[in-house]
Amino acid sequence: MANASHHSTWVRICHWIVTLAFIALVFTGIEILMVHPRLYWGEVGNDLTPALFELPISRNYKHGGFTEGQPFFQTPGSPVSAGRTYDIFNQNGWGRSLHFLAGWFLVVSGLVYLLFGFIGGHFRKHILLSKKEFNWSRMMIDLKDHLRLLIPRASGGPDYGILQKISYTIIVFLALPLMVITGFTMAPAITAAFPFLLDLFGGYQSARTIHFFSTIALLLFFVIHIVMVILSGFKKQMLSMTFKRSYEKETDRNPS
Amino acid sequence: MKKKLIVTRRKAIISGLTAMGGLLLPGCKSKELPPTYGNILRMGDNLTYVAHRALLPGQALVKEYDPRDISSFPATGTFNPGDSSWKYYSEEWDKLHKNDFADWRLSVEGLVAKPLQLSLKDLMGLPAQKQITRHSCEEGWTAIAEWTGVRLGDVLKAAGILPKARFVNYYAFDGFTDSLDMLDAFHPQTILAYGMNGKNLPVPHGAPIRMRVETQIGYKSVKYLKRIVVTDEFDDFGENGAILNGWAWYNGI
Repeated sequence: MANASHHSTWVRICHWIVTLAFIALVFTGIEILMVHPRLYWGEVGNDLTPALFELPISRNYKHGGFTEGQPFFQTPGSPVSAGRTYDIFNQNGWGRSLHFLAGWFLVVSGLVYLLFGFIGGHFRKHILLSKKEFNWSRMMIDLKDHLRLLIPRASGGPDYGILQKISYTIIVFLALPLMVITGFTMAPAITAAFPFLLDLFGGYQSARTIHFFSTIALLLFFVIHIVMVILSGFKKQMLSMTFKRSYEKETDRNPS
Repeated sequence: MKKKLIVTRRKAIISGLTAMGGLLLPGCKSKELPPTYGNILRMGDNLTYVAHRALLPGQALVKEYDPRDISSFPATGTFNPGDSSWKYYSEEWDKLHKNDFADWRLSVEGLVAKPLQLSLKDLMGLPAQKQITRHSCEEGWTAIAEWTGVRLGDVLKAAGILPKARFVNYYAFDGFTDSLDMLDAFHPQTILAYGMNGKNLPVPHGAPIRMRVETQIGYKSVKYLKRIVVTDEFDDFGENGAILNGWAWYNGI
């Protein structure tokens, strides 16, 4: 694409707000997970019920500091109550509040991005695959090029390749919305208003586990995205995503 | 053509953000919001609070579960205020406990027409409510239990709450203290619970009475209640309160 294209102002603003919010969300998300590094499925999950898996990421991992369980009922296998004697790691005071503050930035700039993307045709023109690109052999060619690290130099604008479009589509329309909605499903005031969220994900703890795996997916994207930015011309990519001008002169090195 | 569009978009962003600010105004009577002390995290907490109050239907009911969903339930924080080696030991609670809480009274005071001293028997004489709900701890764990109690709203009505009341403060024997706004205080599932899973509320879970605030995170459901004070001004409770210890006051999230 030889035409001098560049990223719209709103794309650049939203991109960097979402980036900073994402970094803050991952950082605080890890802190929050460290407080209770056990993941479950369904509505219920705590130290007295079995976990899907546990992560050795804080001193709270398998701490086992509980008094002997007292059954609630006289029936065999009754649920129990036990008092926690262990002084757990817990920095959720700032962790949670910063997580939600960053969440506000993500949600508001994400909504602005979605609104402008639909209205201005950005998604149709630049993000979603065109009919021509919806073609198996073209996708395979792009995949092979990526595997051989044949990465075209950046144009400095939204002239995206097929795999690039697919990954942005997944991030914008699936991973980030899923992240936000599973986050909402852990908010008691929000699920009181919208109880279908709990049914949608199969319960609070299922939503929490999906929230965790979506983070892994987003982190994977984050790393690949940065690698691709470096391979396609780091300086130009950073400049064109930050400042409003096109960098035609530097595109001359573009192999044709 | 394209340039013009960009300007329009930028204007749209600015007017969008201005509109968002406007959304916050109805809740910005400073008296009704917790102080932020200039801390950006507390400002974020207040934004969440104001947004929830503006955007969510006021008193939607939380999901209630089936008796077979009742689960094991860790007792965290204080689980025995009668343990003299514990930093939140309460001699007063210990004495009341030894007498099966026969002398225990819940004091309801402040901006009420008729201050009350309610015994357990008085509370059990009010219309009882049972609910099987999920407790969601800020740590990330959840548990389901059946709670029996009386609506906080019923107790406040019995005391004759005065029109200028804005917050309901509650104090526990182990030193914990917190408060609710009127919307959550009068939420039909906000109860003073004296029963858990069909028995008297066990000591580890807050005997004789604990708060249950189902629309917020677990730590608002303070155990070992002692006193309820209705006020017209937000109280941060100093070093005993959540916000000066770096924790959010509103926890619908």
